[in-house]
Amino acid sequence: MSTAPKQAPRAGTDAPARRRRASRALRTPGGLSVRLDVRALTVVVVLLAAALGAGVLLIGTGEFPISTGDVVRTLLGDGNPGQELVVIDMRLPRVLVALLVGASLGLGGALFQALSRNPLGSPDILGLSQGATAGALVVIVLVSGDARQVTLGALAGGLATGLAIYLLAWKRGVHGYRLVLVGIGMSAIMTAVNGYLLTKADMVDAARAVVWMTGSLSGRDWAQVWPLLALCAVLVPLVLGNGRALRMMEMGDDVSYALGVRVERVRLLLMLAAVLLTAAATAAAGPVSFVALTAPQLARRLTRSPGPNLLPSLCMGATLLVTADWTSQRVFGADQLPVGVVTGVLGGVYLLWLLVTERRAGRI
Amino acid sequence: MSAGGGLGGEATHGPNNRRSTVNRLSADNVTLAYDQRVIAEQLSVEIPDHSFTVIVGPNACGKSTLLRALSRMLKPAEGRVLLDGKAIQSMPPKKVARTLGLLPQSSIAPDGITVADLVGRGRYPHQGILRQWSAEDERVVRESMEQTGVAELADRYVDELSGGQRQRVWIAMALAQQTPLLLLDEPTTYLDIQHQIDVLDLCAELHEEQGRTLVAVLHDLNHAARYATHLIALRDGRVVAEGAPGDVVTAELVEEVFGLRCQVIDDPETGTPLVVPAARKARVKAAVTGAP
Repeated sequence: MSTAPKQAPRAGTDAPARRRRASRALRTPGGLSVRLDVRALTVVVVLLAAALGAGVLLIGTGEFPISTGDVVRTLLGDGNPGQELVVIDMRLPRVLVALLVGASLGLGGALFQALSRNPLGSPDILGLSQGATAGALVVIVLVSGDARQVTLGALAGGLATGLAIYLLAWKRGVHGYRLVLVGIGMSAIMTAVNGYLLTKADMVDAARAVVWMTGSLSGRDWAQVWPLLALCAVLVPLVLGNGRALRMMEMGDDVSYALGVRVERVRLLLMLAAVLLTAAATAAAGPVSFVALTAPQLARRLTRSPGPNLLPSLCMGATLLVTADWTSQRVFGADQLPVGVVTGVLGGVYLLWLLVTERRAGRI
Repeated sequence: MSAGGGLGGEATHGPNNRRSTVNRLSADNVTLAYDQRVIAEQLSVEIPDHSFTVIVGPNACGKSTLLRALSRMLKPAEGRVLLDGKAIQSMPPKKVARTLGLLPQSSIAPDGITVADLVGRGRYPHQGILRQWSAEDERVVRESMEQTGVAELADRYVDELSGGQRQRVWIAMALAQQTPLLLLDEPTTYLDIQHQIDVLDLCAELHEEQGRTLVAVLHDLNHAARYATHLIALRDGRVVAEGAPGDVVTAELVEEVFGLRCQVIDDPETGTPLVVPAARKARVKAAVTGAP
């Protein structure tokens, strides 16, 4: 109503507009238009470059160091046979697994956090990683299965946990806190199951289980790359295609219904995708901690954009994991320290920092 | 505004003069229930086109439930809600969202979103993967912000606004949806009195100047009587009375619907009915003598 007196802004907020327009639109005469968030796009490009750069460094690192130039030359199909063996057959799969696992965890984490509308709604906290671990431990301890069976066990464990959380948390649409609380309960149960399985194991199995549980990339080969790559090739476009609907769902179920989003369908689809991504990543590399929790948060801080930030989170996850793996190899020597230890330390520090700053901002 | 000329629905055109086929939105014999708890049975309601319809009634009478059903948030256990003659549940959600907008009670402003971005999200039902942000979208968003008086706030963060400003922003988002029908679920709750009036004035303006059909659930009977052109009074899931406030709001009706003894006088500002509750003494006396 135009005649009403404009109300005074609250104290301290009458600073002039300090925010640039979030996005720019590209339009064609034919009526097509695409919305581009320039900053988010820049973040994606920079992160991708960083991930690939760290990947090249990672390939060059190890017991037989190879110079960056030689690595790039070999990757482009121009290296000598010896370098080719080391680069293509031994180290490239590991880097690809790291990239794919990081990307899957980053995207899965962003999905969970958006669906639960809670920054703590990440697969680590919700018990999915623990569920996948339980699946893997069952195979290691009870049937002494081989690596492939362990992978399948972890996948099954993750999916079963995801299903259990879905069934327990869903009551006419899930509420963020409900999902997080059910997930924390699930996580506690699964941790107990894992502890029990470990006590049942003999020394050899227990050692193998502990290494698996830390999350490691060593010894990953092409057999791990292909299934992950196939899954990502299907799920990433599917998830990104539903990104706009997910963005609407941030505003609550009622608002998104009113805007014409098929809320339940989108939520079920994205939840399933997130569980699959997380379970597959965990099956390939073990429960690498904190990537799913921190990648979306860091991505959001870089893009400064509201919304689920799906693509930036994906790139951030890949960058984080490859960088963490390179750091651990560089600092502690080849295959001395599993990457999960590094992400755990980094992620833990980040979480504490988050808690402290949020507390200062009065939000916790 | 005058509440006397309340039969805006009559102004609609069409070959058939029977209201039930003319009005765009209606509930046809709906039974509304949450799980097993039945809120209303066999309820039929017509929303006259181009009216500012307000639904009133005591707590738990089913008024918000009815609004949820009309906006397809709640699927009726029986019966149908009809939009343009079709069952609303069977229509494509985006198509409904281009015809009927809803301002729900609970909405969450995402962290760090600006006013312009939030209002822009109201364009979702008009967009697609290849039509993400057209010049039309931009124009409608600007107009919606101007109509609701939040244009100067366009680049501010939503979470630093006051409650009254924030409600205007949400209304702007619903306007950007460009729907001929707009449903509002208790749009004045949690607002100070001046902002309540502010929001209601804005609604009246949208109704009068743009010819939109508005349906609102309001708690305050006097607000309803002043602003509505069509009033629907509910009690225990039944329609007790409906029509222009001047015809409907009487002392008997208020007592029947709310169980409150009162006088109804003319609002000195607008001439619409004004409910003045009886003094406590009079009510106590009535209760003593009235109850054997």
